[in-house]
Parts: sequence; structure tokens; C-alpha cells
Amino acid sequence: MTLASPPVPLPSVAAALEAVRPGATLMVGGFGLVGAPLTLIEGLLEHPGARDLTIISNNLGEPGRGLGRLLLEGRVRKAIGSFFTSNPDVVAAYQEGRLEVELLPQGTLAEAIRAGGAGIGGFYTRTAWGTALAGGREERIIRGEPHLFYESLRADVALVRARAADELGNLVYSKTARNFNPDMATAADVVIAEVDEVVPVGALDPEEIVTPHPYVTTVVLSGKAAAR
Amino acid sequence: MSVQQRIAARVAPHIPRGAVVNLGIGIPTLVADHLPLDHAYLQTENGLLGVGPTPAPDEVDPDLVHAGKQPVTARPGASYFSSSASFGMIRSGRVEIAVLGALQIDAQGRIANWAIPGRPVLGVGGAMDLLVGARTVIVATTHTAKDGAAKIVSEATFPLTAQRPVDLVVTEAATFRVTPDGLELVEIAEDHDLEWVQAHTTAPYRVAIDERGAVHA
Repeated sequence: MTLASPPVPLPSVAAALEAVRPGATLMVGGFGLVGAPLTLIEGLLEHPGARDLTIISNNLGEPGRGLGRLLLEGRVRKAIGSFFTSNPDVVAAYQEGRLEVELLPQGTLAEAIRAGGAGIGGFYTRTAWGTALAGGREERIIRGEPHLFYESLRADVALVRARAADELGNLVYSKTARNFNPDMATAADVVIAEVDEVVPVGALDPEEIVTPHPYVTTVVLSGKAAAR
Repeated sequence: MSVQQRIAARVAPHIPRGAVVNLGIGIPTLVADHLPLDHAYLQTENGLLGVGPTPAPDEVDPDLVHAGKQPVTARPGASYFSSSASFGMIRSGRVEIAVLGALQIDAQGRIANWAIPGRPVLGVGGAMDLLVGARTVIVATTHTAKDGAAKIVSEATFPLTAQRPVDLVVTEAATFRVTPDGLELVEIAEDHDLEWVQAHTTAPYRVAIDERGAVHA
């Protein structure tokens, strides 16, 4: 498909990211760099208000790439996610006391975001019970099995990556680049979606829409789209 | 064949036809190389059921990877879903078999595979969810650590990944079944013998070799 020119001009990345204030909590989609909103992340580097951030994301990018760059620039205060070991810069920042880390099992992270987006305060899961990650969490026996209580997660701003949006902001995704993006698109006060194309209303099959438009605050074009 | 491929080949016969299977990173991923293409439905926790083989270099799609972040393809009948749906599938028992790696396995068949004492704990991924959710868990691991230390030990010195014991432990040398009474040695590889297994396993176990086992002890 070719890029449609929407009748309403889309905001620039910089304008969209004005919603990010110092000290904000951000959800950032992606599994490693796959499905990560790389244009928005680069935009954060140019945005002085993007500092002292708490980032909720499965990983913190790769060394010097994606969220890894934001970390290297000292913009991230705390990371909440499931797998940071693949970026040695995260390990170093943590060991030097420059970064606070909250580690959650990946399924618990995903469910905490889903619940946060669904108006649910928290949930019980068997995952991590009886392990060093359980901490001092509340326990409860449900159907004979011990469960741990987790509060749901919400953010001030979510940065998500989708394949396409229509002019209302309905989103469709691409293959495994979907991952955390639809969950995060429900769980923040402001949701900014980075897409490769914007199509007219009616051009997306309603059966294919994963994120309905009321969840989406702003749509911006990816660098990939801008390059075309 | 590398030792990793030999272990993967030894796991493959334990995957029933038509099973929904999640293969962990490392040796478990290699199990797919030893299964017919249409044998099982492979699930990857980053949101795909129906993982197909590695694409040719010019057919790589950057949006299509498995949990080890390597390029894959999607089989006919495949589906994509979000991370929360993926782990819902895992925790609710729809993933019938998980094949996981392990740093240690204790005498009760519980495993440690996410943290090493003395090192910062900054990664857990989906292992804990797979251990509580998958109906059957198979461990695919080298019999000993790189330094030669036993991995199948009386008590784990590394933090456990779950209290739930696994069902089967497959190494290049042996296969152990986990029972309510502890580990049972059920098979020894043709190129190993009971003496080797005894010398490299510090956990107690019962020898219960089946009629096909090549053991003459």
C-alpha cells in the first residue's frame, strides 16, 4: 500500500512528545528492538523534558540502540521490565547506582499492563511464588494453589509502534512486532502511536483492528514512513 | 553433531504429534531442527503460535522473530497475539509442553535457570510463567556445567525458578523422570554408561532403566 495523505496534518514527533514531562512514567512497546517505536525514542533524545524517567518496557533496548541510547544519556531513573541482561549498559548503570530496576516475570509484566488498561487494580498469579522474586508480596490460596498479589501498572504516556492507523487512530500491527504494544496502548493517560502509514477511515477492516481509536491520543509517522 | 544438537535430538521423541510447545532460548530452540515441520505447534511468548523454520537471508522479515530475537517464519494456521494474550495462553495450560534450559536441577526436580548468586539479577523473562503454566515441562541441558560441576544436585545453590518440579530432564548422557519420590534414571545415551552418570550426578536418584536402555550395570 502507498502512504495516504491524511486531510488533517499529523503532529510532528517533537510536538507529540511535549506530553512527556520530567519525572514521567513511560510505557514503551517492543520486544528488544522488534516493535519498538524507534522514531519516538529518538525524539525523546531531542526533548529536554524527557528526563528522570521511569520506563516500563520488557527490555531497555540494546547497547546504544533504542531505549539503550536514552539510558546512556542519563535520562532514565528507573526501569520496570523482565529482561535487561542482554544490554550490558543496563547492568553497568545498575551496578553504579545510576539506575533503579524492578524485575517482573514477563507474563506478570504483561498482565500488570493489561490489567492497568482494563481498569483493574491488581491480580493474583502463581508465577514467582516461592522464588526470590516474590519479595514480601501478599499471598493467597486460590483453588488450592498459592498465588502472589501484584498491583496493575499504568503510565503517564505510552509510546507504541503499530503498522498502520486510520485517520481516527484505529491501529493494526505487524506480526511479532505487536507484542506489548496493544497492551500498553490501553494503559496510559496519553498514548502516542508511531505508524508507517495513515489510511482513510473505512480502509481498515474492522475485524483486523486490534486497538480501537478511543485509546489512541496521537498518531505520528515513523522515520521509515517519512523516508518514503 | 554438537553436544547441544545431540541433547535437542534426544528431547525430540518426547514431543507428541500435534502438541502445542514452547521452546526456550538455547538448546531448547534446537529441538525444532529434529522434528518434522508439521509435527507440533510451536509457540513463542513474544506473540506467535505456529513458528516455522528460519527464513533464507533474503526472506528475513524484521517484524517476525522468536523469543530469542532470531528471524523465523510463520506456518500455515499461525496466529499473532499480544504479550498478555501469549502469557494467558501459557499460564492457563494451553501450552502443553515447555522445553527449558537449566543451570541446576535439584533432587525434587525443581530447577534454577534465571539468576546466579553474586551477579546482579536483571533478567527473568518468561521462564517462571512457563514453569507454573505449561502442563509438561522438559529440561534440555548439558549434564554438567562448563567447569565440569554437576548440574543435577541434591540442593540447588542457585535461586529456584519455581517450586513446581519439572517432568523430565534430558542431557547428552541420560534422561531422568521426576516422580513424587524424586528423580528416576530412565535412560542412558548409547555413548555413555551408568558409571559416567554416577560420577557426574550428585543428586540421589533411583535407577529405573527401561527395556530399551543400553545399560549393563
